[in-house]
Amino acid sequence: MRATTPGYDFARGIWRENPVLVQLLGLCPALAVTNTVANSLAMGLATFFVLVGSSLLVSTLKNLIPHEVRISAYILIIATFVTVADLVLAAVVPDIHKALGAFIALIVVNCMILGRQEAFASKRPVGRALLDAVGTGTGFIIALLMMGGIREVLGYGTFLGWPLFGASYEPWIIMILPPGGFFTLGFILLAFSWRESRRQEKPSVRDWPHGVGAATRRSA
Amino acid sequence: MNEQPPADPPALRLLGTLTLAGALAGLLLVVVNGWAEPRIMAHRAEVLREAIQEVLGGPERYETLFLVDGRLTAAPPADADTLKMDRIYAGYDAEGRSIGLAISGGEPGFQDVIRLLFGFDPTTGRITGMKVLESKETPGLGDKIEKDSSFVAEFAGPAPPLIGVKSGSGSGDENEVDMITGATISSRTVIDIINHRLEELEPYLLRIEGDAP
Repeated sequence: MRATTPGYDFARGIWRENPVLVQLLGLCPALAVTNTVANSLAMGLATFFVLVGSSLLVSTLKNLIPHEVRISAYILIIATFVTVADLVLAAVVPDIHKALGAFIALIVVNCMILGRQEAFASKRPVGRALLDAVGTGTGFIIALLMMGGIREVLGYGTFLGWPLFGASYEPWIIMILPPGGFFTLGFILLAFSWRESRRQEKPSVRDWPHGVGAATRRSA
Repeated sequence: MNEQPPADPPALRLLGTLTLAGALAGLLLVVVNGWAEPRIMAHRAEVLREAIQEVLGGPERYETLFLVDGRLTAAPPADADTLKMDRIYAGYDAEGRSIGLAISGGEPGFQDVIRLLFGFDPTTGRITGMKVLESKETPGLGDKIEKDSSFVAEFAGPAPPLIGVKSGSGSGDENEVDMITGATISSRTVIDIINHRLEELEPYLLRIEGDAP
């Protein structure tokens, strides 16, 4: 297990190991409910709440949960938080709850959340688990907002319901239909891997004094 | 990562841990549900109330009529479970005259069940309005059944049984409704729900006319 700094634990999930854009986890909600910015935000916040709550609890209880039943225990904890989020959304923002439909309940099977419990929260102190969950959750919200922003602006011609273009704008209906989700995600991933490959081909100036080996080691 | 796997803990401990965790989770959910449920029910009642106002053109008050033993009545037997009964809503104007009935119905549309409320005036025999309560129809196409105001406006005034016609090709008959281009199945479902519900309730609707207060 590599030692990491608290700052790295927090920042990693936001960008460099973004759950959706780099790890390709949690794609189901990222494709299904990102047709508007408001839906993306609600889904992101609900997932954030479940991830942070579960990581805190799993990290606190890690010594009490027997190894053999840990996955069942994690799922139980996650499902409880999801049901709480589901009820709170239905009570507070019924319209958004209606728009998200079954996808709130499906947060239970979001492998990003279970993955963070098994790979991180169950092995680290509570503080680190919290930082990691907040970072990963923020990364998830950012990814969903990128998807939702692009799809709403092109598909409805609005941002958070505010019209951006004149009446002459013909919305690209395909962008708010399921194919639009795949197109948007595809283009975002393309941009990400293009940027990543450029970063690897051109090592930064700092690497040169160590010779070519430093750059090769990094990309290996 | 090189710790030895611990000896198997007794099965009882595994069971105990999960049972305790399940009980605690259940307790938490009971508390949260106790807080959330009244709010959810209040919101549903509010949505229904607004829909009744809309499809009946703003009645002064309305009354819920339950279908009990083949008869519509405002006072169901005290021991009956009203939640499971079929019901309609009768609207009255300020002078207490009946101005129409709001009837809900649901049938499978293109994606999932479409549930809607429509107003029917038995004295003129015409539909007075339609409002979709629940639908998961395709965004941008099928969801026009609730978002396209010209389609919704089609349901102010036609006489049942309704017939769906291709937009612009109707003969101007009073039971024609222009369907939405690109959302034929969703439009037809809306029309079918109204026709089927009226057909089903017709014998009872005639009877309340005689009983009207």
